[in-house]
Amino acid sequence: MKKLMTGNEAFAYGAYLSGVRVAAAYPGTPSSEILDNFSRYPGVFAEWSPNEKVSLDVAIGAAYAGTRAMCSMKHVGLNVAADSLFYAVYTGLKSGLVIVCADDPDMHSSQNEQDNRNYAKFAKCPMLEPSDSEEAKRFVGLALEMSEAFDTPVLVRSVTRLSHSSTPVEVTAEGPPPPPPAEPPLYERNAPKFVMVPSNARRRHPVVEERIKALAAHAESMPINYIEPGDDKIGIVSAGVNYHYAKEVFPHATFLKLGMVYPLPEKLIREFAARAETVLVVEELDPFLEEQLRLMGIPARGKDVFPMLGEFSPSLIRRCAVKAGLVAAPETPPEIKTGLERPIRPPMLCPGCGHRALFHVLGEAGVLVTGDIGCYTLGWAPPISAMHTTGCMGASIGVAHGIDKAGVKDDVVAVLGDSTFLHSGVHPLIDVLYNKGVTTTIISDNNATAMTGFQEHPGTGKTVQNQTTAAVDPEKLARGIGFNKVDVCDPFDIDRMAEILQDHLQSGEPSVIISRHPCALNTKEKYTPPVIDPELCINCGLCLDIGCSPLVQEEDYVRIDTLLCNGCGLCVKVCPNEAIIKQ
Amino acid sequence: MTKIDFLMAGVGGQGTILASNILAEVGLQLGYDVKKAEVHGMAQRGGQVDSHVRWGEHVHSPLVEENSVDYLIGFEMLEAARFPHFMKQGSVAVVNDYRINPPLVNLGKARYPSKEEIESLLLARAGKVLWVDGTGIAKELGNPAMVGVVLLGFLSTLVGGDQEAWLAVIERMVPPKFVDLNKEAFAAGRKAAG
Ligand SMILES: Cc1ncc(C[n+]2csc(CCOP(=O)(O)OP(=O)(O)O)c2C)c(N)n1
Repeated sequence: MKKLMTGNEAFAYGAYLSGVRVAAAYPGTPSSEILDNFSRYPGVFAEWSPNEKVSLDVAIGAAYAGTRAMCSMKHVGLNVAADSLFYAVYTGLKSGLVIVCADDPDMHSSQNEQDNRNYAKFAKCPMLEPSDSEEAKRFVGLALEMSEAFDTPVLVRSVTRLSHSSTPVEVTAEGPPPPPPAEPPLYERNAPKFVMVPSNARRRHPVVEERIKALAAHAESMPINYIEPGDDKIGIVSAGVNYHYAKEVFPHATFLKLGMVYPLPEKLIREFAARAETVLVVEELDPFLEEQLRLMGIPARGKDVFPMLGEFSPSLIRRCAVKAGLVAAPETPPEIKTGLERPIRPPMLCPGCGHRALFHVLGEAGVLVTGDIGCYTLGWAPPISAMHTTGCMGASIGVAHGIDKAGVKDDVVAVLGDSTFLHSGVHPLIDVLYNKGVTTTIISDNNATAMTGFQEHPGTGKTVQNQTTAAVDPEKLARGIGFNKVDVCDPFDIDRMAEILQDHLQSGEPSVIISRHPCALNTKEKYTPPVIDPELCINCGLCLDIGCSPLVQEEDYVRIDTLLCNGCGLCVKVCPNEAIIKQ
Repeated sequence: MTKIDFLMAGVGGQGTILASNILAEVGLQLGYDVKKAEVHGMAQRGGQVDSHVRWGEHVHSPLVEENSVDYLIGFEMLEAARFPHFMKQGSVAVVNDYRINPPLVNLGKARYPSKEEIESLLLARAGKVLWVDGTGIAKELGNPAMVGVVLLGFLSTLVGGDQEAWLAVIERMVPPKFVDLNKEAFAAGRKAAG
């Protein structure tokens, strides 16, 4: 029986079917639903870890102990977890470990467009790349078998278009089987294998090199790497979802479909190249396969035809292939007169969002704001325009401290969310204190990982499996580290927030402000919308500067769209003429 | 079995995703190979949400190609107007006669195109533009969020396929207490198609 599943649902299903019993992750688009889905299967342990490195260590520990394990993350998560990936490749494991990692070509919701296939080569870790949900399910199982057969973690690569597309998956009509009764695993102590001091690591490195050679030999006969014979004028090498795009554009060409993108089957590739007149590599982002083919001496084409940036699609592949003379141009369709203005819908902070109230105060104060990653990053955009740097998760505090130590005279504050703070904000906070900084850090705490879909985190008091647990309190944490100046304030109390801000900035002490208001979209809390008196409205536009979508500019006054309004009352507070009246 | 490519375009919160899930399931029920992709940025609410649904004997790409869509289903007028280049000659655009202003329009800094402008833009490629008062009908039934099912009812008269197959999928995919209401919405959509 076939069922439509997203790639992420299929990864979770495949992991459950193949006996994964421990999974850990930190949310990140487009990977978050893998753990969400997995956590709902019976008899499994799943956790949202504070960050990706912790999640990978947890999965490694379970696999050391003899339990199959999965770790999932978005592409940049592997930057955070890279240290752990590298040691696990050296130590190997006892049971299978699969790391599902999702790239985001075109940066639909990411800060960069890195191609994580490079990590496979860098860490000397095999990587599989499924092309649809059925393969996502199966490849997780294959990865676990390979992990055990070769004693290595195995990476499985996804991309946004696989994780978030739905395609049919073969399922059993009666649903997934119940988990077999689990015996507690016996931990086998084997320090020379698992303690990576130099003397042991030196013995493990040759194992890693031999293993990757053995995997390359194995790749020659793996059924997931195969040739699809066709017209040999063009031989296409492709993997993942790009294989399907290429099939649309070159339906009759000979294909080499690679299920494993590292290490590569050299003999199979040579055999394929020998039959094709032109070898064309269709791959998004980096010329990862193309370069390896060229090292084999195969004059492959690829990035001379297709871009290095962004996401591919059948439309894009056809356009490029036509330009390169590789396929015939389709009949020219009737022209579309462009020029009609079609205003875009940029992402905006939601009505009722506490981040907006905080940024209003920061904007009024004119402080330099080093930012971080989350919904609150939207504070950079006009008309709010109150955030001046954003790099990666946890960067805000260190960057503020550095700007301060460089001697800049502006008042600088770091702003980051609660989930981001617990992900990677604690260490830089320690740094500010230890190295005699004066940075004021503002944790904009909405009690959720809102950006990626309201996941729980160590501060919310709930686990992914909906159990009540300890909630880390950022105020106590900051005081415990040694901060003396810590205040908590609801940002909608804008006068008090402004006072606290000035007090902190003038104190000359390192300090922390917790700006606390629960995410309005998550709690679904709504209040009666205020009313604007058109007689009193002087049309000054100050309320529009808070960037709240229900405020609509009419001919000579501003109106509130009551369907969209959350009733938070921020506009009431910013109106200089008391024309917006709370109900 | 001929291929049918659908493109659904709407605004976050309008129910585009549920509607495209239903449409994909109906295809599977009718015996097609089916793939579906969602294209949306980081907006939780109020941003653009587009869904690609493909039915065929054997479907490769989950993304539809430009110049090859058979049915464009616009949940919102301006959103429909973003996709004339995806339409193939003779294709049909079913557009909900409903407008949601983007922020720049609300701020008085951009103009919302007129219905006539949108229609003529789409007709550069599409064979027909059919306007439906989907949100109006759904509101009358008590919930504007059912606009998706109204539009699916309308669409079902064009695409064909046993009505029961559509209804069975709707029954399976909407929350139990809303099943009857959604069936009404589907019927109202069919009626609107005349
Ligand atoms: C290393 C890394 N992991 C995950 C992400 C994805 N991501 C972006 S923001 C965010 C969390 C934001 O939560 P929070 O800090 O609480 O802010 P909110 O969105 O709730 O305002 C996550 C998980 C990322 N960009 N980088």
